[in-house]
Amino acid sequence: MNQLQNFTKGFIKENPVFVLLLGLCPTLGVTTSAINGLGMGLATTFVLVMSNLVISMIKNFIPDKVRIPSFILIIASFVTIVELTMQAYLPSLFDALGIFIPLIVVNCLVLGRAEAFASKNNILSSLIDGFGMGAGFSFALTLLGAVRELLGAGAIFGFKLMEGDLMLVFILAPGAFIALGYLVALTNKFNKA
Amino acid sequence: MEYFVIVIGSIFVSNIVLAQFLGICPFVGVSGKVSTSLGMGGAVLFVMTLATMSTWILQYYVLNPYGLGFMQTIVFILVIASLVQMVEIILKKVSPSLYSALGVFLPLITTNCAVLGVAILTIQKEFNLMEGVVFAIANAVGFTLAIVLFAGIREHLDLMEVPKEMKGVPIALVVAGILALSFFGFTGLV
Repeated sequence: MNQLQNFTKGFIKENPVFVLLLGLCPTLGVTTSAINGLGMGLATTFVLVMSNLVISMIKNFIPDKVRIPSFILIIASFVTIVELTMQAYLPSLFDALGIFIPLIVVNCLVLGRAEAFASKNNILSSLIDGFGMGAGFSFALTLLGAVRELLGAGAIFGFKLMEGDLMLVFILAPGAFIALGYLVALTNKFNKA
Repeated sequence: MEYFVIVIGSIFVSNIVLAQFLGICPFVGVSGKVSTSLGMGGAVLFVMTLATMSTWILQYYVLNPYGLGFMQTIVFILVIASLVQMVEIILKKVSPSLYSALGVFLPLITTNCAVLGVAILTIQKEFNLMEGVVFAIANAVGFTLAIVLFAGIREHLDLMEVPKEMKGVPIALVVAGILALSFFGFTGLV
C-alpha cells in the first residue's frame, strides 16, 4: 500500500465512523451543529496524530505485557494538552463539547489505531495513518453535524438556508441515532457499488 | 427526596445511553442477545460504582488539596484501568461463578466511556460521596435498562425484512433513535 492510499483510506473505504463504527459516543453526542462536529474532529485528529507518532517512536521500548496501559497513558497526556489549550483559547467550543473532550481518552478509534497500526509500523506511515483517520473522522462528524443542523435548524455552519417548520427532533438526541443510521446505510450502498 | 430525584433523573429523564450518548460502543456491540446484554449491565454496575467511589476519594483527598486538578483525566483513566484489572483478578479467585458470568465483559469496560463519564460527571455536579454512589448505581441501572430493551428489539429485528443496505447496524441505529424518542416522554418528570 503506498502512502497516498494510506492517507485516503480513512475517508470512504475504512471510514472510522461509517464503516468501522468506532468512536460513536462523541459522534452522536457533539454533532448538533457542523461547527461542533468539526471542532471535535480536529481535537481528536490532534490526539490521534500525536499518539500515533509517539507510540511508533517508542514501540520497541514498551514491554508487550504493559503496552495497553502505556498507550492509554500516552493518549491521556495528549488529551489533557487539548483540554487545557481549548479551555484557554476556545472557551465557547470547550463548553459546547463539554464532557466529550476528556472522553477522547476512551475513544476506541484512538486506542484502536495505536494498537492496530502505530505499534506495528514505522514513524512516517503511522503519522500519515493518524492524519488520514483523523481527517476521515472529522469529515464524518462534520457531515453528520451539517445534516442534523440543516434538518433541525435549517442552517449549515450557522448560515440560514431554510425557513418555516423544521424537524427539531434532529437537533435532539433521537435524531442523532436516526441520521447516523441513514448515513451508514448510504455508505454501505456507496461502498458496494 | 434528593436521592429519589437523582435516581429517577438518571434512569429515565437523562438516560446515560439514550440522552447523553455515553457507552454507545457496548450498546451497539453487545446488544445482540438479551442474556449477554444483562451480563454486560451487571459488569458495568459493579465497575461503575467502584470506580466512582475511588475517583471521588482521589479527587477530594489527593487532587484538590495539592492543586492537581489538571491531572484529572490521566488519573481517572489509570484508576479505572487498574480497577478493572484488579476486579478481574479478585473475582477469578473469590467467586469463579460470578467471574464466568461477567468475565468476558470486564476488559471491554476499560474503554466504556460511560464509566469515565459518570466519574467525571459526579465531580462536575459536586455530589458528595453518598450522592455519587447513588448516581453511579442509578446510571448503571439506566444503562442496563436501555441495553436490555434494545437487545429485546434487536432479537425481533433479525427476523424482519429490511432493505439490503439497512440490514444490521443502520436499522438498529434507527430503532435506537425511536427508543430514544420514547424516552422523551419522561421529560419533565423531575
